[in-house]
Amino acid sequence: MLGTKLQVTWLLLAVILCPARALAQPPLSDVGDVRLVLGELREASFVEKERIVERLSARGDPSIRPVLSALLEDRLFVRESDHLIFIVKSADDSLTSLELIDPVSLAGAGSASRDDLTKIGTNNQLRKRLRALVARFDLSGPDAAVRLAAVEEILRSLDAESLALLRARSTVEPDAGVREQIEIGLGLAALDSGDSRARLDAIAALTRTLRPQVRNRLAGLLERTADGGFAESDERVRQAAAQAVHAIDRWRTFYGVVETLFFGLSVGSVLVLVAVGLAITFGVMGVINMAHGELMMLGAYTTYVMQLAMPNHIAAAIVLAIPAAFLVAGMTGVILERTIIRFLYGRPLETLLATFGVSLVLQQLVRSVFSANNRSVETPAWMSGTLQINGALSITVNRLCIILFSLIVFAILLFVLKRTRLGLDIRAVSQNRAMAQAMGIRTGWVDAMTFGLGSGIAGIAGVALSQFTNVGPNLGQSYIIDSFMVVVFGGVGNLWGTLVGGLSMGVVDQLLEPYAGAVLAKIFVLVALIVFIQRWPRGLFPQTGRAAETQA
Amino acid sequence: MSSTLRFLTMWLLAAALACPGAALAQDTIKVGVLHSLSGTMAISETTLKDTILMLVDQQNKKGGLLGKKLEAVVVDPASNWPLFAEKARQLLEKDKVAVVFGCWTSVSRKSVLPVFEKDNGLLFYPVQYEGEESSKNVIYTGAAPNQQAIPAVDYLMKDVAVKRWVLEGTDYVYPRTTNKILEAYLKAKGVKAEDISINYTPFGYADWQARVAAIKKFGSAGKKTAVVSTINGDANVPFYKELGNQRISAEDIPVVAFSVGEEELSGLDTKPLVGHLAAWNYFMSDKAPANKVFIDQWHAYIKKPKRTTNDPMEAHYIGFNLWVKAVEKAHSTDVEKVLAALPGLEVPNLTGGVAKLLPNHHVTKPVYIGEVRADGQFDVVWKTSGTVPGDAWSDYLPGSKEIEADWVTLKCGNYNTKTKMCSGQSYK
Repeated sequence: MLGTKLQVTWLLLAVILCPARALAQPPLSDVGDVRLVLGELREASFVEKERIVERLSARGDPSIRPVLSALLEDRLFVRESDHLIFIVKSADDSLTSLELIDPVSLAGAGSASRDDLTKIGTNNQLRKRLRALVARFDLSGPDAAVRLAAVEEILRSLDAESLALLRARSTVEPDAGVREQIEIGLGLAALDSGDSRARLDAIAALTRTLRPQVRNRLAGLLERTADGGFAESDERVRQAAAQAVHAIDRWRTFYGVVETLFFGLSVGSVLVLVAVGLAITFGVMGVINMAHGELMMLGAYTTYVMQLAMPNHIAAAIVLAIPAAFLVAGMTGVILERTIIRFLYGRPLETLLATFGVSLVLQQLVRSVFSANNRSVETPAWMSGTLQINGALSITVNRLCIILFSLIVFAILLFVLKRTRLGLDIRAVSQNRAMAQAMGIRTGWVDAMTFGLGSGIAGIAGVALSQFTNVGPNLGQSYIIDSFMVVVFGGVGNLWGTLVGGLSMGVVDQLLEPYAGAVLAKIFVLVALIVFIQRWPRGLFPQTGRAAETQA
Repeated sequence: MSSTLRFLTMWLLAAALACPGAALAQDTIKVGVLHSLSGTMAISETTLKDTILMLVDQQNKKGGLLGKKLEAVVVDPASNWPLFAEKARQLLEKDKVAVVFGCWTSVSRKSVLPVFEKDNGLLFYPVQYEGEESSKNVIYTGAAPNQQAIPAVDYLMKDVAVKRWVLEGTDYVYPRTTNKILEAYLKAKGVKAEDISINYTPFGYADWQARVAAIKKFGSAGKKTAVVSTINGDANVPFYKELGNQRISAEDIPVVAFSVGEEELSGLDTKPLVGHLAAWNYFMSDKAPANKVFIDQWHAYIKKPKRTTNDPMEAHYIGFNLWVKAVEKAHSTDVEKVLAALPGLEVPNLTGGVAKLLPNHHVTKPVYIGEVRADGQFDVVWKTSGTVPGDAWSDYLPGSKEIEADWVTLKCGNYNTKTKMCSGQSYK
């Protein structure tokens, strides 16, 4: 009887003590302890690893930072022969022997073969925690940009400890931008303060920030709790919070519209880019070229080959791919024109069928050379990522690049057609072939060059497409319909029509998409286009004058 | 005229002479392989054809089956769904194959189903699918929704504490059915309707910027958000690229995919994908000895040391071994006898466990959740403690809750436990 009672007491004691022991971990005192704790990483679960790294960084000693970042970057390994933990200099796949660094002294520790080393794995939660811990050390770094990134990271998961660090930093932080972000964190914390005056001040300070965290936190004040009261007890604070949320929401809606317009312009500029080459071959020459999409595909594959040729200079490869793709697609276009299309002038149906056949041949050619699998084209670092304009609006850099790129291509094309000898010839031949011939223009040569120019621009479009869509044999097919649509909508034979038509179709598509979904939005645009063409068969900017008469 | 006649007669004679010869030489067992070798699905299905050829080759080296050699009959349905049915009929009626290993997409399986049921053939289907089906003539060696989708959602709910869900899919039968099941499951677990966003995009969708921005917005409401992706095929590449571009990391909004495996990742830049999740019943990175042997055999057979293995390949491995075992048990390749021998058989899987064929023609499988590594492989971050039995009819859909599939005692693929009725086959 007594025995059981004792046992129960012991059990109770153990239950009470256990969590306490887990929580109250003593701070690590010396190097030996660090090594010991590091050793535990070998067999720990992800949750245990999280606790271990927290213990390691609790001392605030920056010497632990390399270990944390090594774990974050998959460079922390355990040596199987003696179960010791090492940082490796680089865990690149090509290496068979890895160079070791001691995690405590950070001195070199020889090397070991890959088979003898096991990586210490991480998962998403652990990586998130590690990033936050690393950010705490970075908060006092010498570089303002690093500090800013650190504050951003800390703001993502604010707790009492990181708050104390922010508070300490705010008094010594020299950079105004970093200080501003720290203020946001302190403001968020002040919302929890017991003094309603302080809470009001915090709300006033936070009204100008558009970060979603701030909005959610303020909206949280207005929510009702389970017992029917408000999360925020003070009426005045609630009013101020409601006003602040309202103001933030208004700005966010505004920036939402700006973002949609940007998306529309970027979709539109892609349409312009793929259609502008067709505006030359179809619009100016009147050739229905069903292989136009495959010329873009050739351009995209040229980009892939350029990257293969110079794997260490991805950015340079992209830039060089632009003239290369122009040449490859342009040459293909010239050959196509000289061997097939020139025999079919004036017979649109046969041209359509013949070029469709060519498109199949080109697809199969690419399949045979590169296989049917998609090829991955890398995006250079300067073209990836976002420009954070403010808390509510960010613009992806690659889309910005494509908008600018298509405008530049359009400007150059306009210049070639309006200001050069070749442009003059092209316009002369398209307006009146017989008269141009009588004036001594080699119309056959001009035809080949015109078709080459249009095809080359399709190749350039392919370089742009390779940056955000799959590079595969079917790449062209998904864009050929769009490009014909843009040219017809804009007005056959008018470059400005192609520009305005493409951009407006992109914007309309993106305005509709959030409400109608991707498929329905596309259908709406198509239906609207058909109705438009019924009413104005010559498109937005119909050609006028004698040229139009002779073509019609 | 007479010369044409003579020519024809000669041909007929030749054919008549050749035929008995062919009949005499029939001491092989024919194994049909029904996978697309051209068209859009060729990328995934060609690998499975090679897997079966390798397994047939290995079995022949072991001395064949019932004293006979195995002979693979490969046909190409060319990613064309009606052609699948035609080629299946050819395999069953003309080539008289004993068993067929094949199909990938659900629509191709639905198209061959009537053929297999009419000709009483036997099909091993190796791909994870939407369930809601159990045919007498099909053995489903891929995962049912309760062996992939539901455990994945459970993991996110419990271990990652996800409160808000985006169900993003390609617009066809598998994603739509899976999302219907998941929506019902999430609502049963107390997730509010405003915390679930469902969206579909067409095959090969490339312009993800607006969708990803919408996901980002949906995920910025202060609750942990995850994306459950049933996006299929090459639309995945621009999707993940855009996620990386808009700086949505797996730590903020993880994406768990049901159709992205080693094979799909092998062709793309995986750095922006690190940390995103996939749910499968097999990962190439598994350390089990059986898996190492299989990978080595595969590399030796295909003669490319960098080729990946994946989940449907393991399903074919299980299916092929189940069939061999059943034929040995029945001492016959007759479909009725093999089908009677199959339920209850156990074969080892590649991850150190056992796959048992259940009376509903599904197998038991372990479930793994993996995070994408920078090298395109997966690190397993969670797994079920044992194997999960495949459930043909989801318990979370109102119409299918009371349906049972049992080909041993009930002899029925969709037995309604309420009305005590068997409504026949399921392809209607």
